[in-house]
Amino acid sequence: MLIEALIAVTFVSAVAVMLAPDKIAGKLAFALSLLPVAGSLWMFGQYDASGNALFEAGTLAFETTAKWITVGPYALNWHVGVDGISMPLVVLSTVLTSLAILSAWTPIQERQSQFYSLMLFMLASLLGVFTALDFFVWFVFWEFVLVPMYFLIGIWGGPRRKYAAIKFFVYTNVASLVMFIGFVALVFALDVNSFDMIAVTSALANDSFATTYGLGAETLKVVAFFAMFFGFAVKVPTVPLHTWLPDAHVQAPTPASVMLAGVLLKMGTYAMLRFNFTMLPGVARDYAVLIAIFAVVSVIYGAMLALAQQDLKRIVAYSSVSSMGYVILGLVAYNVYGLGGATFQMVAHGLISGLMFMCVGVIYNVAHTRMVGDLSGIADKMPVTAAVFVAAAFGYMGLPLMAGFAGEVFIFIGGFQATFPYAQLFTAVAMFGIVVVAGYLLFAMQRVLFGPFSADTDYDIVPAASHDTFAIVVLVLLVIVLGTAPEVFYGMIQDAVNPMVDSFPEATAVLTGGEL
Amino acid sequence: MVELPPLTPQIVLGVTAIVLFGVDIVAPNTRKNGLLAGISAAGTSLAAATAVWFLAAGTGDFRFVQFDGALVVDALSLFFAFIVGSVATLVVVASYDYVREEDHLAEFYSLVILAATGMTLMASANSLVTVFVALELASLPSYALVAFLKTNRGSVEAGLKYFLIGALSSAVMAYGISLIYATTGTLLLDDIAAAVTGTELGGVLGLGIVMLAGGFAFKTASVPFHFWAPEAYEGAPAPISAFLSSASKAAGFAVAFRVFTTAFPLDAVAATAVDWSLLFVVLAVVTMTLGNFAAATQDTVKRMLAYSSIGHAGYVLMGLAALQSGATDANSFVLGASMTHLLVYGFMNTGAFLFVALAEYWDVGRTFEDYNGLATRAPVACVAMTVFMFSLAGLPVGGGFLSKYLLFAGTVQAGFAWLAAVAAINSALSLYYYSRVVKAIWIEDPSDDLTLRGTPTGLYTAVIAAGVATVVLLVAFDPVAQTAIHAAEVLFAL
Repeated sequence: MLIEALIAVTFVSAVAVMLAPDKIAGKLAFALSLLPVAGSLWMFGQYDASGNALFEAGTLAFETTAKWITVGPYALNWHVGVDGISMPLVVLSTVLTSLAILSAWTPIQERQSQFYSLMLFMLASLLGVFTALDFFVWFVFWEFVLVPMYFLIGIWGGPRRKYAAIKFFVYTNVASLVMFIGFVALVFALDVNSFDMIAVTSALANDSFATTYGLGAETLKVVAFFAMFFGFAVKVPTVPLHTWLPDAHVQAPTPASVMLAGVLLKMGTYAMLRFNFTMLPGVARDYAVLIAIFAVVSVIYGAMLALAQQDLKRIVAYSSVSSMGYVILGLVAYNVYGLGGATFQMVAHGLISGLMFMCVGVIYNVAHTRMVGDLSGIADKMPVTAAVFVAAAFGYMGLPLMAGFAGEVFIFIGGFQATFPYAQLFTAVAMFGIVVVAGYLLFAMQRVLFGPFSADTDYDIVPAASHDTFAIVVLVLLVIVLGTAPEVFYGMIQDAVNPMVDSFPEATAVLTGGEL
Repeated sequence: MVELPPLTPQIVLGVTAIVLFGVDIVAPNTRKNGLLAGISAAGTSLAAATAVWFLAAGTGDFRFVQFDGALVVDALSLFFAFIVGSVATLVVVASYDYVREEDHLAEFYSLVILAATGMTLMASANSLVTVFVALELASLPSYALVAFLKTNRGSVEAGLKYFLIGALSSAVMAYGISLIYATTGTLLLDDIAAAVTGTELGGVLGLGIVMLAGGFAFKTASVPFHFWAPEAYEGAPAPISAFLSSASKAAGFAVAFRVFTTAFPLDAVAATAVDWSLLFVVLAVVTMTLGNFAAATQDTVKRMLAYSSIGHAGYVLMGLAALQSGATDANSFVLGASMTHLLVYGFMNTGAFLFVALAEYWDVGRTFEDYNGLATRAPVACVAMTVFMFSLAGLPVGGGFLSKYLLFAGTVQAGFAWLAAVAAINSALSLYYYSRVVKAIWIEDPSDDLTLRGTPTGLYTAVIAAGVATVVLLVAFDPVAQTAIHAAEVLFAL
């Protein structure tokens, strides 16, 4: 019942904040957001699952099931629980939401109670996304997440907020519909009597089809795989489906950007891992080269785009596209290091990109500009922010002892060990992305933070407010903790991805034949 | 212990209407809006509660035949009595504020209750005579109600259009009934079913069935008798629009479900007279597509909702379109899904129209632009409106997502995957115009002089209650769907 309690408490908090007066909304929301943080940390302490949630052999932590809808040929049940993949993401969501609320205190001055209420409502939905194990429950929460983000961008965003909000909403809803139809068509063809993800996974593993609409089992699987892949790739986002992201990020208020980059993008890769790669590993294997091309193009193209930007927020936004490409590369490698690294990278990138956006936000709060050309040498005026920003950038580049390092190293090891054609080549090219990241981040840092002071703005550059400083310092400490002791999460992640690799030995078997 | 008659919901509503007249006779010249609204709300909610109670108590396959088969009480009639009763409750509660400054209040409330009585009787009608009489009992008060704001040109014009098309379709329907009587020699649905098998006058019977379908198309605002709906809904007082587009539509479907499945079983008439499921396939596709595309081009919110209501009629028609002879389980499922969608739709659509009523009460104007920034002034009502809009579009914030899923899945199971695909595309498209309202009220900036006078208790209560019901239906969806599918099973088990 702990997961239900966690979601319920967050939801009730959202309602309470909505009804609270603007004056106290921010402080109340932060105080209430500590409840889910405490709850998720307690869950983390009590965590006793083993194996992968979608395999019948695995045991879940905090699992509950209840009947929801029994009519029709397919039962829909409330089924939640966590395994080693979802547990770290639950912790990430609660912690990041709490800090994002803190970082909203300065920039959000209008309709505050609504803003904080939506943040908490989004957290409640995110917790549902990462814990649901029945497709319908999962889908309800998945769609729930869109609604608050649409309002957060649309109401509190920048000058082109309406366009950005609609674009975000349309893109992700079309993607959801395609994914929904793909998955439902697949389940209708299977010999199962519920939408339970565990039942579907095992039915697919045994190839127990009741019908295939005359397409043949293999074709149907491929069609369903790509319908879902399309749906999730928009969310991740993967080039060429990424165009909503820069608009959404640039227009969104900073706390919403933190949530968008830190947690919402991870929904896409999390869903890919659960649906595409756990349920249909055979198709993923057959089309590994195609998926790897998407991944590598995202890495390189995203990095190149970031290099060309003048707006700090756009730089970070495009670099997210690049970083999420690594996650997909890790998934497609489909070995212990690749899958484990990809999952770890979701958490690490969640923390680091959230931190980067917060730093940009802190600078913007003070300087009221984010343009690289407008600012120079502000490190003297804002020493703590500058230090944290530099640390975050190094984390992004994958400096050892930072969280990004562990994730990326595992992904690259996995990539080199992968056995799909040209895997080593893909990995080598993707690694080149790191160099570009280092390039654009150092370049931006050097111009904005260091050198002679100048600020093309009407505002005085003063040190950041103490709550902003607190938020970014906590976050950078978490990045360092996770980098020096990755086993905090990595142990449980490894435990959850091992069964995937074991159940699909073809993925790691060396291909016979002439490839590479 | 006294045993209540099976027709209690209908009796309660009828008595309530008479009590309202009585109150007006006793004190004709005093303003008593609260008293009248209170009596009406008590009557309608009692009718709805009785229907639920009967449904819960009657766990078996009950079917009470009344008046030698002219009326029948079964799960279907009680299910629709609940829809009509609960929608009517929301409508009268909202009307308390909406019509408080009008004259002839007793007439207003009693006409609403009389129409509700007619609608619940439609759901029970088991003979073509009672079908016709009940339909007229529901329609005649509706004409007067649409034209209730008699100094308002739009309202009067809407009432006249509604009346003329209604009269036309009643005539068509009566003629259809006479043709059916000519072929079968009876008006009782059960007896017609026995007589249609092996009739020699298949052509005449077929014509009669098609004309009957025309009458139902009018009541449910489906193509080709949908023209009145946008006019009537836009011109009518908004609570009446809510009432007509939710309860009246549901009642029209109730009677269509019963007449077509009981009197004209597909396996009997498909070969000899007319395959009416084919007719409904065409009507469903045209109705949903026309409704959705027309809704997307509207400038005023109320008219958009009117066309969206036509679109939803198209979805519900799939319940009749996907029926096939001999496929009992699939038939019960898809018909039950249609009924479930009507119930969920009853709450979300009523709520949406009542929000429009709230906006009219505040005099903010009719277009999307006039709604700009309403959320800055009335956030709670706007949360409810957002729930209605997203739920109507099929996003899983309310029961609309599940009822649409059930309906589409039922259609696929019945072998009409292409029809479900058309519906899914329409449904995805509908998000465009529903989200325009959401965008206007939340995201656009209010004009500087946007001030709202007060928070009217009745309207707020009704809007919030409808919103809560819509959300609750997402969680507590199972009992509703179970009941509906069971009702359909009882219908097919005859």
